[in-house]
Amino acid sequence: MVTSITSFSRNGVSDWLLQRVSAVILAVYTVFMVAYLLFHPDLDYYTWSGLFEQTWMRIFSLLAFISLAAHAWVGLWTVTTDYLKSTYQRVGAQMLIILVIFVYLVWGIQLLWGA
Amino acid sequence: MPERRRAGQESVYRAVNSKRPVNLNLSTIHFPLPAITSIVHRITGVILFVGLIFAFWALSESLASPAGFDAVSDALANNFLAKLIAWGLVSALAFHFVAGIKHLFMDADFGVTLEGGVQKAQITVIISAVLIILAGVWIW
Repeated sequence: MVTSITSFSRNGVSDWLLQRVSAVILAVYTVFMVAYLLFHPDLDYYTWSGLFEQTWMRIFSLLAFISLAAHAWVGLWTVTTDYLKSTYQRVGAQMLIILVIFVYLVWGIQLLWGA
Repeated sequence: MPERRRAGQESVYRAVNSKRPVNLNLSTIHFPLPAITSIVHRITGVILFVGLIFAFWALSESLASPAGFDAVSDALANNFLAKLIAWGLVSALAFHFVAGIKHLFMDADFGVTLEGGVQKAQITVIISAVLIILAGVWIW
């Protein structure tokens, strides 16, 4: 079996499962957000920020952001592994992707718990 | 008969060992629909990853203060470029979502045949086209 040191879990089956579980969480979050915005056409700041002050919404959003980080990594790892044949380019691109994912994650946590 | 068989083996041998032309020019290759939906699934994934910066900006700005919320909703209501970006992102999300559901169906072993693959790719295109149009109506 070929194991790649840059794959998320060092195991293709785990990556595969992680991609599916995170996809389902992201799909549920997406449907929730679209439905919420459709049912609140005249949304104002206090209703909107009130939603994100709820503990369940913060946990749900954090779960979605963590899923996003995992999902984006498995997906972009696959894409970079398929198309970037030069090791320097591929590992360079993957390091950049990890950095961007980290920034998104920190940004997400910060916007949920506020400054 | 033995001579005919030898001739047949000869032709196979020649085909396998010939320096056949290799065509790597993507623009001249006919891609079946499932191949196109597959690559678009990847492309929309990359677009979403880059475009997330706008989504995170809008979310963090809209939650930071009433003025920030007004700035985001004003941009989405009046700024053409903001509407275009929002529509582009929602469209990429719609396609990626539908193609992802298709993957889950395939994981569950539904329609994993040649005909089923083409059919599911057609359904993916139709449903996402409808969602993209609806998203455009919603944003404008």
